[in-house]
Amino acid sequence: MIAIYRRELGYFYNSIVAYIVTMVFVLLAGYFFYNLLAFFNLASIQVMQNPVATQRLSLTESVLQPLFANMSVVLLLIAPMLTMRLLSEERKLGTAELLFSYPISDWDVILGKYLAAATVLAGMIGITTLFPLLLLGYAEPEWGPIVTGYIGLLFLGMAYTAMGLFFSSLSENQVVAGVLTFGVSLLFLIIGWIAPFVPAETARVVSEISVLEHFGNFSKGIIDTNDVVYYVNFSVFFLFLCSRVLESNRWRS
Amino acid sequence: MIEVRNLTKYYGKQPGIEDVSFEAAQGEILGFLGPNGAGKTTAMRILACYLPPTSGEARVAGFDVLTESREVRRRIGYLPESVPLYRDLTVSDYLEFVARLKGMPSSQRGSRIRRVIEECGVGEVRDRTIGKLSKGYRQRVGLSQALINDPEVLILDEPTVGLDPQQIIEIRELIRSLSGRRTIVLSTHILPEASLLCRRVIIINKGRLVTADTPENLKNRLRRSMIVDVVLRGDLEAARALLSSLPDVKSAAALVSKEGVHTIRVESRDDRDTREALSRVLVERGFGLLGVGTVDLSLEEIFVQIVTREELD
Repeated sequence: MIAIYRRELGYFYNSIVAYIVTMVFVLLAGYFFYNLLAFFNLASIQVMQNPVATQRLSLTESVLQPLFANMSVVLLLIAPMLTMRLLSEERKLGTAELLFSYPISDWDVILGKYLAAATVLAGMIGITTLFPLLLLGYAEPEWGPIVTGYIGLLFLGMAYTAMGLFFSSLSENQVVAGVLTFGVSLLFLIIGWIAPFVPAETARVVSEISVLEHFGNFSKGIIDTNDVVYYVNFSVFFLFLCSRVLESNRWRS
Repeated sequence: MIEVRNLTKYYGKQPGIEDVSFEAAQGEILGFLGPNGAGKTTAMRILACYLPPTSGEARVAGFDVLTESREVRRRIGYLPESVPLYRDLTVSDYLEFVARLKGMPSSQRGSRIRRVIEECGVGEVRDRTIGKLSKGYRQRVGLSQALINDPEVLILDEPTVGLDPQQIIEIRELIRSLSGRRTIVLSTHILPEASLLCRRVIIINKGRLVTADTPENLKNRLRRSMIVDVVLRGDLEAARALLSSLPDVKSAAALVSKEGVHTIRVESRDDRDTREALSRVLVERGFGLLGVGTVDLSLEEIFVQIVTREELD
């Protein structure tokens, strides 16, 4: 597993892939951060005369929470790009045949690749911690929601990665794997929107499986075991499906 | 070292191989011979634990490929026909990666990689990216990765396909040098290659095992009459008449004549050796006898005969 992890990480960082992905993510996150902060500035100046309104104005709610929400969407765009080649390329180039002739288990391959892609995501998310740190000189941000927000982003990234790895095992075509990952993770993000228009029971189910619903608490500074269990299950479920696909590929081919 | 019994693999309803049984002893080089699509690759993939058999049993080094696959994979080195390597890695990085996957302890890894690099002659390109190597070098790197765990069994699928003649000779030399106590199974559709490298040859056609024997025995078995070429100086027609009159000779036909030297092809009845008798009479009658030699059927001819006979049955 460690050998696979190192190899995949090497692939990302010895090529341009990891750097481009990280750059795009950090630039977009930076743009969102600047916009949110500029708007917050303007708002603070406007309400300066009104002490009540000043009290209402919160850095966490106006800047950090929307920043996390925006980053979670950008993550959705980036994760499929990182994961789509993981297994499909092995199949396309035929390297899978050699890989599975080595004395390793499918799980070594799955976990090695999963953790490598997750590491790249964690790295790029990690760089954006500079943004809240920048606030340090000018304001007193609440640290709790920042820390939990980042934990939430990591969980989210790992969930998308697991799903991406699963779709990558389905097809030897990277575009197919990428588009499926993107489509299904977007669906998981917005599936809660339908909640008001369906019967109450269904609405409950729909919002419980929504990725967004479970992300909300993290950005508010709450770590609920419910949400943690959701994300862990999400990842484990797709990694398990992935192992089933590898197994069945062997029997069908 | 390898035991295969009634091995069958179906792709859906289409048979890849059907009811194939064979064995290979330790240190043996076993050749799989057959036209493209005969089922050679299927058999190799099953031995390499990449494909599970539909029925039947295959054991490598005493372990079952299906139920004890990891033990088998620990003991084999496999090189698929397409030589699928990671093109973005350098040769030494790649071998390091494979050595880790094959579970080599870090203390032995360095020396083993150096050894394999030397054995396979990839020292000059060890720091080059695999994607930029020539086909010949890539084949060598492919062999290196197969060898890195010092396997008891080497499984090589068409190891010389797509190489130029010089590279083919080099790779064959290399394969031969790798045998010894190691068992090697290789597939090929080039027949002389099998007779050059292998002690035993298995011929498969359309997924079925046609025959298994040493290249020499195959030739002997198929030689229903012995064929001798006689080279002589003198009157061609007289010589032909004389040879035809010998009791064991079935036919004698002029083959080539050049500057008074004639070659006559003599076919004997059954497999009797006519060489002594015919040289004696030729010399007694005053012909200038220049040469007498048996003519071997090439493996190509054997192959065509076996496969066509199979189809007639």
